[in-house]
Amino acid sequence: MKRYEILDHTADIGIIVHGENLKALFENAGKAFFHLITDLRKVRGRIERQIHIGGESLDRLMVDWLSELLYLHDVEHLLFKSFKVESLGESGLKAIVKGELYEEGVHAIKTEVKAVTYHQIQVKRENRGWRAQIILDL
Amino acid sequence: MRSGLSRTDIQGRIKELVEGLFINIPSGVGSHRKDLKLNREEERRVLKKGAKWAIEKGFGSAEDLEHIEEHGCIEGANPDRVSEKAMERGRAQLGTLGSGNHFVEAGYVAEVFDEAIARTLGLYKDQVTIIIHTGSRGLGHQVCDDYIRVMMNATRKHQIELPDPQLCCAPVSSSEGKEYLEAMACAANFAFTNRQMITHWVRETFEQVFQKSQKDLRLDLIYDVCHNIAKIETHTVNGKKKKLCVHRKGATRAFPPHHPDIPSDYQSIGQPVLIPGDMGRCSYVLVGTERAMEETFGSTCHGAGRVMSRHQAIKAAKGRAIARELEDKGIVVKGASQGTLVEEISDAYKDVNDVVDVVHHAGISRKVVKLVPMGVIKG
Repeated sequence: MKRYEILDHTADIGIIVHGENLKALFENAGKAFFHLITDLRKVRGRIERQIHIGGESLDRLMVDWLSELLYLHDVEHLLFKSFKVESLGESGLKAIVKGELYEEGVHAIKTEVKAVTYHQIQVKRENRGWRAQIILDL
Repeated sequence: MRSGLSRTDIQGRIKELVEGLFINIPSGVGSHRKDLKLNREEERRVLKKGAKWAIEKGFGSAEDLEHIEEHGCIEGANPDRVSEKAMERGRAQLGTLGSGNHFVEAGYVAEVFDEAIARTLGLYKDQVTIIIHTGSRGLGHQVCDDYIRVMMNATRKHQIELPDPQLCCAPVSSSEGKEYLEAMACAANFAFTNRQMITHWVRETFEQVFQKSQKDLRLDLIYDVCHNIAKIETHTVNGKKKKLCVHRKGATRAFPPHHPDIPSDYQSIGQPVLIPGDMGRCSYVLVGTERAMEETFGSTCHGAGRVMSRHQAIKAAKGRAIARELEDKGIVVKGASQGTLVEEISDAYKDVNDVVDVVHHAGISRKVVKLVPMGVIKG
């Protein structure tokens, strides 16, 4: 199963993510998100961050999860490459993410993401697992 | 901004100028001016005061404020309505350009459509001009994210049915609506400040490159206007004057001559309207009209708009040396991120000439001059 693909959108860009279960879906979404931003092969997992977010619905949890990663990227200039969702349920999402500080000359920035949107958001079950669609404002 | 320089004065120095702008105006991830320190209290003052804060700190002169929409400060800004997260994103990014379609461009007046109005704006053929396009950066996006959550609950509370969750909203007079407007004003004021600081660094760069003072360079601000904001304004609806909340998204204000909200020196011509095109074509200066007031609540378009997705643009640019193509046209471009240059190729945008002709013929703004780029920095 393809873990993620880029969705063409005139003004913005979207990602379509697949996962055999919900945890994998969120992990793959994190990966797709940073794949858009940078060349992940150049990123090492030297810094670890714990993420905990509450959410009322899967849609909201997905947007909040990527928004939290974007916030850490924006404020602390971190690039993440590995995503481990530890728990996911009614009480929200707990994850451990690994990456490193952006370093000029080492990491190339492909795209700067402005925001994660709710536009056409979808998180749903499909035949062999889960599928999500998220549109990003660039 | 206009200048006292002509096209031939800068022609041979464009590379140097672009390099200078690129160094002085932070644009990539994590880049910021080492000489700029902002603590939380200072940032709250930015959100309350807007461009006036920048002037007090030495970024530009008080005359600049005369030529900024609302004098660079939207009333009613309340920093208490802005989350800690938004404040943090703002602190990291004040005085930065940002990527995507944000840019600083030096160009020249290639064509004058209305001599008299151009004269009032201090514009003439072959004169060097500068356009700055940036906004509220991460602070504005975080304010949006935060209030989308508020609005989603409000949409449920007020039983509003929507086709897409991103359209969530609340009545302007509700507590959610009022609080949002107080936060939005903070984001707008941040954007005014951001542009004012970059204006100052553009002037500094010209001073460094051309070894001339501002007195000689005469880099004066023509106008600074928002293109993504909600404003409380008075308009005539069915013959009656009404106070409305006008939301301009992908649109810009185009107030007519004699409107009280436009600068005194532009009273006879109307508010300047700035329509940037893509980096390979051109941009326009227009003025607002009475017709815009009657038909579009004093608004017009703010840009060309994309016709190709970014992915399509990358495909279209494959195998082409975009920077070289532009250089052959006499345009030097430098971008911080790898992708921006290809994603922003001319082919990806509608032809701004056509777009501007539409609004001109519709009468909702009037063409004054056409600007052609020579040097561009992108985030």
